[in-house]
Amino acid sequence: MTSLLVIIVLVLLAVALWQLTKIFDLTQVGSSVDNSQVANDNDNNVQGYLMFGFLAFIYILTIYGLFAWGGLVLHTPASEHGALVDSLMNISWVLLFIVQAITQVLIHYFSFKYRGKSGQKALYFADNNKLEAVWSIIPAVVLAGLILYGLYAWTNIMFIDDEEDTVVIELYAQQFKWSARYAGEDNVLGKANVRYIEGINTLGVDMSDPNAQDDIVVSELHIPKGRKVHFKMRSQDVLHSAYMPHFRAQMNCVPGMVTEFAFEPIYTTAEYRELPYMIEKVSHINELRAQKSTKLVASGGTALDPYTFDYLLLCNKICGASHYNMQMKIIVDTPEDYKKWIKEQAILAVQVKEANAPAPAIGNEAPAQDSVIVAPVVAVK
Amino acid sequence: MSAEGHDHGHDHEHEHHHKETFITKYIFSIDHKMIAKQYLITGIIMGIIGIVMSMLFRMQLAWPEESFKIFNVLLGDKWAPDGVMKNDVYLALVTIHGTIMVFFVLTAGLSGTFSNLLIPLQIGARDMASGFMNMISYWMFFLSAVIMLSSLFVEAGPASSGWTIYPPLSALPQAIPGSGMGMTLWLISMAIFIASSLMGSLNYIVTVINLRTKGMSMTRLPLTIWTFFVTAIIGVVSFPVLLSAALLLIFDRSFGTSFFLSDIYIAGEVLHYQGGSPVLFEHLFWFLGHPEVYIVILPAMGLVSEILATNSRKPIFGYRAMIMSVLAIAFLSTIVWGHHMFISGMNPFLGSVFTFTTLLIAIPSAVKAFNWITTLWKGNLQLNPAMLFSIGMISTFITGGLTGIILGDSTLDINVHDTYFVIAHFHLVMGISALYGMFGGIYHWFPKMFGRMMDKNLGYVHFWITAICAYGVFFPMHFIGLAGLPRRYYTNTNFPLFDDLQNVNVLITVFALVGGVFQLVFLYNFFASIFYGKKAVQNPWKSNTLEWTTPVEHIHGNWPGAIPEVHRWPYDYSNPNHDVDFVPQNVPMKPGEEVLHH
Repeated sequence: MTSLLVIIVLVLLAVALWQLTKIFDLTQVGSSVDNSQVANDNDNNVQGYLMFGFLAFIYILTIYGLFAWGGLVLHTPASEHGALVDSLMNISWVLLFIVQAITQVLIHYFSFKYRGKSGQKALYFADNNKLEAVWSIIPAVVLAGLILYGLYAWTNIMFIDDEEDTVVIELYAQQFKWSARYAGEDNVLGKANVRYIEGINTLGVDMSDPNAQDDIVVSELHIPKGRKVHFKMRSQDVLHSAYMPHFRAQMNCVPGMVTEFAFEPIYTTAEYRELPYMIEKVSHINELRAQKSTKLVASGGTALDPYTFDYLLLCNKICGASHYNMQMKIIVDTPEDYKKWIKEQAILAVQVKEANAPAPAIGNEAPAQDSVIVAPVVAVK
Repeated sequence: MSAEGHDHGHDHEHEHHHKETFITKYIFSIDHKMIAKQYLITGIIMGIIGIVMSMLFRMQLAWPEESFKIFNVLLGDKWAPDGVMKNDVYLALVTIHGTIMVFFVLTAGLSGTFSNLLIPLQIGARDMASGFMNMISYWMFFLSAVIMLSSLFVEAGPASSGWTIYPPLSALPQAIPGSGMGMTLWLISMAIFIASSLMGSLNYIVTVINLRTKGMSMTRLPLTIWTFFVTAIIGVVSFPVLLSAALLLIFDRSFGTSFFLSDIYIAGEVLHYQGGSPVLFEHLFWFLGHPEVYIVILPAMGLVSEILATNSRKPIFGYRAMIMSVLAIAFLSTIVWGHHMFISGMNPFLGSVFTFTTLLIAIPSAVKAFNWITTLWKGNLQLNPAMLFSIGMISTFITGGLTGIILGDSTLDINVHDTYFVIAHFHLVMGISALYGMFGGIYHWFPKMFGRMMDKNLGYVHFWITAICAYGVFFPMHFIGLAGLPRRYYTNTNFPLFDDLQNVNVLITVFALVGGVFQLVFLYNFFASIFYGKKAVQNPWKSNTLEWTTPVEHIHGNWPGAIPEVHRWPYDYSNPNHDVDFVPQNVPMKPGEEVLHH
């Protein structure tokens, strides 16, 4: 069936092609026969009008795109710095649309307007320094503005103030899985290196480091609303990239070094789900999924689950065969919920001790470890 | 100079009596015109392979859950059992598609073809400075293409870590099967390719500097030659850096060094690597990688400038500004590589510097675009297929170039980096634009290469379908990129978040398939015209440059008699002092004729 369809499509394409050449041939009727394959007045006329038509195509495609697909793009940033990124983005878009709209008109309108006619002579216009200056200086001024705004935003986002009160979390990447390590009550991560990887200590935390004693390792990322989260990223094998599109955040994870990114979430997951744009987006997605489910069920498959929005951490640097499925759910909690959640998580040192214990452990003295005095140094390798 | 040329002309006539064998004429030829054709045809064959690959992975993206017999037919039982493409094969296809299109089609196929064809013909030289080196250059390119294609047939598959081959993924076969033998062959192929490219570039530089005919000063060179010349310089400056990166990667892979690797735990064991950094590789790679996009686009710009002026019957507007902008682009291109690495983990301060230098490139680019548009203004446009592709190139270059202002801004790059937005941007600004330049060049110089004309109506059909499909493919990609869809995902079905993008993906694929299939029109036109095209006249487009003063039939040494002397710039179209609307460069100035341009 598919192959039949393919054949039909190919035949139709061939017919369309033949028709098109025929149309171009017919436009030659009446003109003196020109064997040279060089454009004659008729060609110039036809192609000139087509150029003008192509301008319409570009404009229609742009306007259609804005209406049909404009709603698909990322909306309301979920992080504090996101507004800065988005406003720079919007300013850039306005400028680009103006330039694009004008230049495309000029290109295609000139191609139409000045289409050749025999016996006509072009204007000999070789250079004009004033014009060159105009289109060097105007872009230069506009770009200077964009550069300054961009650098201001970049500096604000990327240079992390160590004095600030932040939640320190390590994002740990491996083929094809994310983990997160919380620094615990001391807010300092214990040292780590892949050479310490052993048993359930899959992140290679140095268990002899005092700072490591209260570290918590999880596979679902919870972060509190309204506090800056300072991510320190590591990878154990190849390059990965921690991409959190709703937070306008991305940083590569590089084996052998620690990279950083920090942002402050401003909507909890529950709040973000209730944003009008997100409600609309999710219902649209669920419509599409329902359609697909009907088809699946009809062909004996199982229906798809309905979708509820969650923030995601995606891998965005090619990292191997299953790169396309390396993700982790991010949940932004209210500060209270976050506190509650973190209390419930098992402490790595305890887990390691339990795993290593030859016999059932006698007492549960792990929480006492929390009182270890913290040295104010960067503890991550 | 002229006398010398004359002697050479006589030499040639003697040579002509020696019977040229098939091998010396068509295979190991040292004639630049034959070498140009060899580059072109090799480039076209590589292009077919690259485009077919893209059609396959576009089908996978549009209909990820379907099975296609064609996958099984083309990829075999191992890679597409039951017609379902495997996930690492998808990555192999995108990797080899990128490598082939960037290096083998748009670098060697474009620059190799037209630099070889036009440099001697347009500057008035009998051949390249070293014909022998030129021949070696082509055959090394051919060898590297063969090695690259043979990597498709090794057991674990070809390189599949993206065309940027970032280690550690490209260094460790444990990380992805393609990083075994496939990657070794990729690196060997590229090393040979770089050697070939260097020999070609040195030849172009030396030829342009030394072998210009009498009167052909640097400011009378056609813009094609200026762009080829500057491109060759960029290549000589930056390609060796990629060679060193490739060599160091070979050391890391095969001899246990740690240039790019450190602290790696994979497949249950800690590897011995210590102290290297993948970020170093990224720096070395992009030190070539970014200039590379200008190596691709500058020759296309030169071809477009020449075609626009000839077919507008007008001087190219702002000839000197065009040269200055090419030089500015060339200089800036070598100091912007870091904009590929804003979020690589390098110091954010460097990001600031690279944002600044990157956005500066928009200035000379704007100068070029506006000069082209002004060239069209009040012209007498001859809308030949070559001209349509050139006008199309201005359009796609602007559309694609403008989004570079977003990607070059480090703040905005954070969120669109490595998404489909990037794919849309670079395919329009360097992929499609350079391809249009190449197509324009082929339609325009086909009579010079093969002595026959291509069919114009097929050319028109080819252009319009290609133009619609190119926008149809890449315009919607901006939107799905802004929706946060990462590139190099085998399927998006694991992310319900992206379910609403699937219809757009289907639309893109439909355009890609139609656009891809319709390149057959070009192929048919090209190959049929070589044998059955209408015989060309000497100067079909009424052009000013010297290549059209050579006879239609190719001869060794290009001109049967003396090399013509040059008396004027190449853009005297519609000069008010002359009755005809073109004045070739070898026409002497009339008594009292003034130079009307700067």
